[in-house]
Amino acid sequence: MFGITFLTFALIYFSPGDPAAMLLSATGVAPSPELIQQVREEMGLNKPFLIQYLHWLSGVLKGDFGTSYKYSKPVLDLIMVSLPATFKLAGVSLFGMMVISLPLGIMSALYKNKALDYMIRFISFLGISMPGFWIGLLLMYIFSIKLKILPVMGDSGWKSIILPAVTLIIAMASKYTRQLRAAILEEISQDYVIGARARGVKEKVILLRHVLQSSLLSIITLLGISLGSLLGGVVIVETIFSWPGVGKLAIEAIFSRDYPLIQGYVVWMTVIYVLINMMVDISYCFLDSRIRLEKRI
Amino acid sequence: MEDFILFIKKNKLFAFLCILVLILALMCLFVPYIAPNDPLKTNMANSLQGRSSQFPLGADNLGRCLLSRLLYGAVTSLKLTFCLVIIVFIVGTTVGTLAGYFGGIADTIIMRLSDIFLAFPSIIFAIAIVGILGASSINTVMALLIVDWVKYARVSKSLVISIRKKDYIKAAKMGGAKEYQIIFKYILPNIIPSLVVMATMDLGTMMLQISSLSFLGLGAQPPTPEWGNMLNEGKDYMQTVPGLMIYPGVGIFVTVMIFNLLGDSMRDILDPNTEY
Repeated sequence: MFGITFLTFALIYFSPGDPAAMLLSATGVAPSPELIQQVREEMGLNKPFLIQYLHWLSGVLKGDFGTSYKYSKPVLDLIMVSLPATFKLAGVSLFGMMVISLPLGIMSALYKNKALDYMIRFISFLGISMPGFWIGLLLMYIFSIKLKILPVMGDSGWKSIILPAVTLIIAMASKYTRQLRAAILEEISQDYVIGARARGVKEKVILLRHVLQSSLLSIITLLGISLGSLLGGVVIVETIFSWPGVGKLAIEAIFSRDYPLIQGYVVWMTVIYVLINMMVDISYCFLDSRIRLEKRI
Repeated sequence: MEDFILFIKKNKLFAFLCILVLILALMCLFVPYIAPNDPLKTNMANSLQGRSSQFPLGADNLGRCLLSRLLYGAVTSLKLTFCLVIIVFIVGTTVGTLAGYFGGIADTIIMRLSDIFLAFPSIIFAIAIVGILGASSINTVMALLIVDWVKYARVSKSLVISIRKKDYIKAAKMGGAKEYQIIFKYILPNIIPSLVVMATMDLGTMMLQISSLSFLGLGAQPPTPEWGNMLNEGKDYMQTVPGLMIYPGVGIFVTVMIFNLLGDSMRDILDPNTEY
């Protein structure tokens, strides 16, 4: 985590644009050399790199992410205002993805190399080859412009979440279904399944009690990875549908070279991502008795 | 020659996909002769015009020929994708091989560095990097290189470690072979096939990454035609001329699909045991 913040900070430090000039032009003042020098002094930009970084870092630890150049508001406030919208969108998409992928992935693995499996694989293959933003635009064209049943953009009531969420779901569910299929197939080919079959255990019992239970670990790991790519996909979808979340905020920050805001966004996303991974790791302890017992001994 | 025919007969899908890729490559080479119009020539009189004999797919908002732009866009997109894959491949493999073969402090540093990158959703980091460096095609490739090389370094490192302990390496060492000879003669030939498969499978993903960044306005800058930024320009005219946003998308979709299928069938040929 410190690595990421250090890297982005270094990139910003060595980047061509001068933040002082950016700040001045953002506030509409003509940047004269003396003025830039003065602002640089105020912002502490003349200090050595490491001191700047430590100064920024100590601010972050106190919850102070600096002030956005563009909005002249604290970065933390801006992010806090946008986060709920992103969480809403990500939550709905994640739920939708699970609802679609779990049954499809399991069925695809069970009916391996049958018609149903080929169909699921074909559709999910189409899904992973389609660029997410194109799906979004197509959906927008069909449902908002041609059929006029759903709003084009923005966040106005429950109807407006459908298109962005479906866009994310299509892209993510195709990937997740394929990964699930692979995970379950691997589990089914284990020796204990053959053993159980030989003992005459019913297929249904084998599937529900043994296979699903032991592939739960990989299912959850994959879910963690999907969440990571969800955070990335959200940026694009939010931009297309003008969804007022952090992704859109970040893209706007990039275009106006609002460095504190970019930096704050990166930190927040890293924190969220690390938290997700921690939750995945903790869930292992509950799900896998091997890991749990190992710790006790 | 007979072996070659047999190989094609056995792997029809693979051969077919190779031909498709070849066609794509030839198309890119001969674009100046195929394209009906200059992709950059604007003429407001033709703005948003429908299909005509002069503009087979119509014209965009600035009156530029859509078909020509699509063809030139393919060149830009494919060029960037291949550049990225090749650079990532070389950087990742070199770093990974050295780290795996020599170990030590360099290895530790590289692996910690790659931990940092893995701890973060790559596309967000790439977006942030381009955002900081400034939007352009070169910076996009740079940013994706910074994010993507890690995977290759890790895989090649683990491959090298598994090979390093083999007997024939020890034999070569006893025979007095120099370090670089061992690396080039014994290690690289062994690890490159799996890495090439990985690179082929990644072509599609990387093309999607590049076009996403271009779509966000961070990659290739207008007026250069590129499928991602064409989509971005076309989306504003969705209501009147949907073709502007449909055709570039179809281009990305079909190309990525060809690359994905190619990667899959290549893996099946070289490594028939794994199932996905």
